[in-house]
Amino acid sequence: MMEIVSIISLWFIPILIGFILLYGTFKRVPTYESFVEGGKEGIKIAFSIIPFLVGMLVAISIFRASGALDYFMNLVRPFLEAIGVPAEIAPLALIRPISGNAALGMTSDLIAAHGPDSFIGRLAAVLQGSTDTTFYVLTVYFGAVGIKKMGDALKVGLLADLVGIIAAIVVVVLVF
Amino acid sequence: MVNIIWILLTLIGIVFAMVNGTMEEVNEAIFKGASEAVTLCIGLISVLVFWLGIMRIAEEAGLLTKLSLLFRPIVNKIFPEVPKDHPAMGYILSNMMANLFGLGNAATPLGIKAMEELKELNGGKNEASRSMVTFLAVNTSSITLIPTTVIAIRMNYNASSPTDIVGPTLLATCCSAVGAILIDRWFYYRRSRKRKG
Repeated sequence: MMEIVSIISLWFIPILIGFILLYGTFKRVPTYESFVEGGKEGIKIAFSIIPFLVGMLVAISIFRASGALDYFMNLVRPFLEAIGVPAEIAPLALIRPISGNAALGMTSDLIAAHGPDSFIGRLAAVLQGSTDTTFYVLTVYFGAVGIKKMGDALKVGLLADLVGIIAAIVVVVLVF
Repeated sequence: MVNIIWILLTLIGIVFAMVNGTMEEVNEAIFKGASEAVTLCIGLISVLVFWLGIMRIAEEAGLLTKLSLLFRPIVNKIFPEVPKDHPAMGYILSNMMANLFGLGNAATPLGIKAMEELKELNGGKNEASRSMVTFLAVNTSSITLIPTTVIAIRMNYNASSPTDIVGPTLLATCCSAVGAILIDRWFYYRRSRKRKG
C-alpha cells in the first residue's frame, strides 16, 4: 500500500506535465508561447493577493498572540467535549479553519506527544488531512478575483468544516 | 461580513493584549504576520506561474473541456448555473483532482482560475455568485485521496504504517464534501426564498 501511494504521488506530476505537453503538441498548440502567457497571469495573481493575505494574517496573528484565541478556545472546549471531541483535539479542531500553519504545528505536536499510532495521533492526522483552511481559501480565492461581497460563503465554509471535523472523529472512532 | 470579522479579530486581540499584558507579543505579531503573508505570496509566485502556464496549454489543447465532459453528469448537478462545456468547469475539475491527490500547490492556482471564470460568468460583478459559494464549500472540504503533508509528518515520527490514515481521510472527506454540498444547497434555497418573499 505504502509503495503504491508513494509511487503514485512521485510519478503523478511529471507524468501529468509530460502528457499535457505531448497532447498540446499533438493538437498544434504553440506550447511554449501558451505557457508563457498563462504564466504571466500567475505573477499578476500572486501580487494581487498580497494585501488580502497581509490584512488577514496580521489580524489572525494579533488575535492569537494576545491570548484571545486561547481564551475563546477554553470557552468552547466544554461544549466540544460534551459532544465527544477529546480535549486534546479541541484546539486543533478550532484552529484548523483559521490558520493552516498553526494547525500543522499543532498536528505535529499532537503526533509527537501521543505517538503517530495512538488514537489522538491518528485523529489529529485525519483531521489535518481532511479539512482545509477556510479563511485562507476564502481570502486568496476571492481576493485574487476581487470579490467584495462574499454572501453566504464564509458561513457555508465554516459549517462544512464542522461537518468535516465530526466526520473525521466518527470515522477514526469506527476504523481504529 | 469580512469587514466585521477582520475588525473584530484585530480589536478583540488588542483589547485582550491590554488586559492580559501581552502587548509585546502583539507588537511582534503585527510585523511577523505581515511578513509571513508576503513570504507566502512570494512562495506562491513560482507555483502560480508554472501551473497556470501548463494549464493554459491544457486549456488550448481542449483537455479541460474533455475533462469536464467526462464528469459532466455529477458536476452539472453540483454547479447547475455553469454552462456545460465552459472552461470554468474544466478548472473546477482540475482543482478537485489536484486536491484529491493532495497537491495543494497545484490546487491553488487552478482554484483561483476557476473563480475568475465564474466571476466572468456572473457578469464580472464583485459579488459572490451561487456557483462561487458552492465551489468554495466543495473546495474547503474537498475529497482527499493522498494527504501528502500528513503522511510526511507521520513518517517523520516513525508511524508503523504512515499511510494507514489514507482510507479514513478519504471516507471523512467524502462525508464532509456531501455535507458541504447539502449545506450550500440549504443556504441557497433560503436565499432564494427570502428574495421571493
